[in-house]
Amino acid sequence: MSENLGSLSDQQDRERTTVLDIDHLQVTFTTDGGDVHAVKDVSLDVKAGEVLAIVGESGSGKTVTAKTILGLLPETATSSGAVLINGANIISLSPGRLRQIRGRDVAMVFQEPSTALNPVFTVGWQIAEGIRAHAGANGGGRVSAKEAKARAIEALGKVGIPDPEHRVNYYPHQFSGGQKQRVVIAAALALNPGLIVADEPTTALDVTVQAEILELLRDLRDKYGTSIVLITHNMGVVADLADRVVVMYQGDIVEEAPAKTLFAEPRQDYTRKLLAAVPHLGRNSASAGLTERRHQDEEVLVAADNLVIEYPGRLGTPAFKAVDGVSFTLSRGEVFGLVGESGSGKTTIGRAIAGLNRTTGGSLKVLGYEMLNLRERTFKPLRKDIGFVFQDPAASFNPQLTIGECIAEPMVIHTRPSDAQARKRVGQLLESVQLPASYAGRYPHELSGGQRQRASLARALSLNPRLLIADEPTSALDVSVQAKVLELFRDIQEEFGFGCLFISHDLAVVDILSSWVGVLYKGKLVEQGIGSQVMGNPQHDYTRRLIASLPVPDPAEQAKRREEHRALLGI
Amino acid sequence: MSANTTIEPVANPRAPLFRRLPVVSHFNKSMGLQRFMLVVGLVLTGIFLLTALAAPLLAPYGFAQLSDADGSFPTQQAPGGKHLLGTTVGGYDVLSRVIWGTQTALLVIIVAVVLSIFAGVILGLVSGYIGGWLDRILVVVADAIYAFPSLLVAIVMAIVISGGQSSLFGGILAAAISITVVFIPQYFRVIRAETIRLKAEPFVESAKVVGASNVRIMTRHIYRNATRTLPLIFTLNASESILTLAGLGFLGFGIEPSSAAEWGFDLNKALADTTSGIWWTGLFPGLAIVWTVLGLTLVGESINDLNDPRLRGRKRTNRKGSAAAAPAAANGSGPATELSNP
Repeated sequence: MSENLGSLSDQQDRERTTVLDIDHLQVTFTTDGGDVHAVKDVSLDVKAGEVLAIVGESGSGKTVTAKTILGLLPETATSSGAVLINGANIISLSPGRLRQIRGRDVAMVFQEPSTALNPVFTVGWQIAEGIRAHAGANGGGRVSAKEAKARAIEALGKVGIPDPEHRVNYYPHQFSGGQKQRVVIAAALALNPGLIVADEPTTALDVTVQAEILELLRDLRDKYGTSIVLITHNMGVVADLADRVVVMYQGDIVEEAPAKTLFAEPRQDYTRKLLAAVPHLGRNSASAGLTERRHQDEEVLVAADNLVIEYPGRLGTPAFKAVDGVSFTLSRGEVFGLVGESGSGKTTIGRAIAGLNRTTGGSLKVLGYEMLNLRERTFKPLRKDIGFVFQDPAASFNPQLTIGECIAEPMVIHTRPSDAQARKRVGQLLESVQLPASYAGRYPHELSGGQRQRASLARALSLNPRLLIADEPTSALDVSVQAKVLELFRDIQEEFGFGCLFISHDLAVVDILSSWVGVLYKGKLVEQGIGSQVMGNPQHDYTRRLIASLPVPDPAEQAKRREEHRALLGI
Repeated sequence: MSANTTIEPVANPRAPLFRRLPVVSHFNKSMGLQRFMLVVGLVLTGIFLLTALAAPLLAPYGFAQLSDADGSFPTQQAPGGKHLLGTTVGGYDVLSRVIWGTQTALLVIIVAVVLSIFAGVILGLVSGYIGGWLDRILVVVADAIYAFPSLLVAIVMAIVISGGQSSLFGGILAAAISITVVFIPQYFRVIRAETIRLKAEPFVESAKVVGASNVRIMTRHIYRNATRTLPLIFTLNASESILTLAGLGFLGFGIEPSSAAEWGFDLNKALADTTSGIWWTGLFPGLAIVWTVLGLTLVGESINDLNDPRLRGRKRTNRKGSAAAAPAAANGSGPATELSNP
């Protein structure tokens, strides 16, 4: 699989020094179920000033490879092969030597910035910790607290934290999510390592913040010549940042190519499938060619009028308005796409419609029932007409019950069928979501993520609901699985004709499914309209920013969009 | 290319029921020192259980027997001859008292732990799920019971229930109920914490959305998921209940020697003997207590370690075996199955 390595790396690359060289790496984990070969045979190298992206779906071994680079594997792992950083083989190093290399030669940026920072120390202290830990080893003697702080301030300035002299004394909770990730990057930069390993650095962040962090990482490469190993599943991020791409699948490298070549002419079937599965804004839109809203003559299922949902504040603080004066309607047969970033109130609206949250003001009519002052006893008969698909398919099934029992539960509660009837209906439902009927006897952990989400859809459909609420149903899934589930979702919606509120943070996914799209920002519905019009010709500033921040999986197009984005922000 | 190979997604067909039972499954998972500890604990506990069941066959005399066909037993006789472990100041046979004592201990453990599990689990579920003022009151009461020294509570309960003195079943029940009162807060705490955690899980919310009643959610969805830690608390509490029983007996709130054999009571009576060099009356009941508590604690601690994947030891992988196919397909089968699905 690696025969095309030499031909693909161009002449320029060969002249540059190699920062990281991985040679025939194998990693095996010992588990209760026997040995798991997480990384089978991986060889790759990273040149100075290069961004190498490792992409792959969950279980492909990309994170394990990244952790091996820093020697962070757990005790249950055994590795062989060589990982060379500046001539030192990480795999065979003693813990003491490894500690010297970490931070100085190679540093790591983690996925979740809020857990990577210790909440009880100031960010300055945490950045200085690395500087002082390496002070003795560099032969420079001890670094005074003052000097370490000065260097922390310098690092914060590098990553674009405004007013670093002052904010070096702040605690992590005083920063926003994007700034926290900047601080983590600053800590990684403090000792000027030649290589940074970034494991899904933007996955936990909103799209608009993601664009900023990608911008920062690009600056690091351009200004300081830092090499970056970028681990991600997001093809848009790869197109935006990477120079060279390694595609991994089940512990092996499938393909390695410069980013432009990979996106333009993928060689392997797997890469082609992966790229085809990535949702692309504007392609395959549900609302293409529509000029007016569909299904308006049908029954109105949900009508929100100036809806307000507040979460009570702590002592002395005012209540937090999660949803602030939102008005919309949802008719039978229609898919309403609700888009927004984290904290925009989109999930709160979905939960309020299902009666999981209470509304505090305005009016929300669900199937004609006023949800203000909801009473569970009077609302319960309506529940059989509402289906709900949760975000995480792994957590939304009771692990102690079989899939069949879970799917039959709504029926058991509302219609009390006989065992034979229930079994027959479960079989039908499983078939309609393209799962074999025999899966009814399995337990949730015996299904893969995509299969579980199909089963979850089957459960939501078991009583033929008039209204379905899908809260980020595909965001926990891999792209190729996501594509299949979305396709299935679309077919089933057309077949059953229920009204659907589709909640997602991903504009491209929403565009595939919904004809009518609403954009939420800080609890307010800033824009709604026909999907293709909202995406193609956004009216509100925020929508424009949101769409411009979304990286598209195509390096050439993304470079153009990046320029537009910069112009929009006035940089 | 491996992208098109289909791997059946079912990774672990369910093992037979026997192998999934708490202690058996733990034994299968264990290795090295952890397995040694578990085995020692199981052997000690097993001998304790067998002795309790076979006490009528093993014991040479009755627990309250003071004489046989040859006349009255001598008092304070050293071990040897007719009385293998000697006799006490009252003329009881020490070996028989130690063997019969296992029965009393076992009965007290069973009654105490069963009572406290039932009450604790029900209270914990209701308190955690319903919350509000009921939860607050129950937590305060549980904390208040914690604040008392457990032996003090046990003494008070023993006095309330039986006036301090009683027959076999009165005595066992009094001891068991007083231990129950001390243990309910522990079960309550554990189950309540689990319930509160599970209450926010999506599968509970999905049951709510479906329209399931509170009772159904508590019994069908939360109960079975919240009780996984119980085998652990069970073994640890069993050993503690023996200590409490012995403590009660030692202080004189136990069971009359004519009603049943009880190690704590025997220790109490042996106090005066130690100064006059009579060691056998105190040593053997004491050893029996250590034996039982050690066995149960070892089992409990091993289960605790084995339940936690981070504490559990594993065999190192065989480096040469890397060419063999990975048997645990769960890790990589998800995407493969999706791609190969029609």
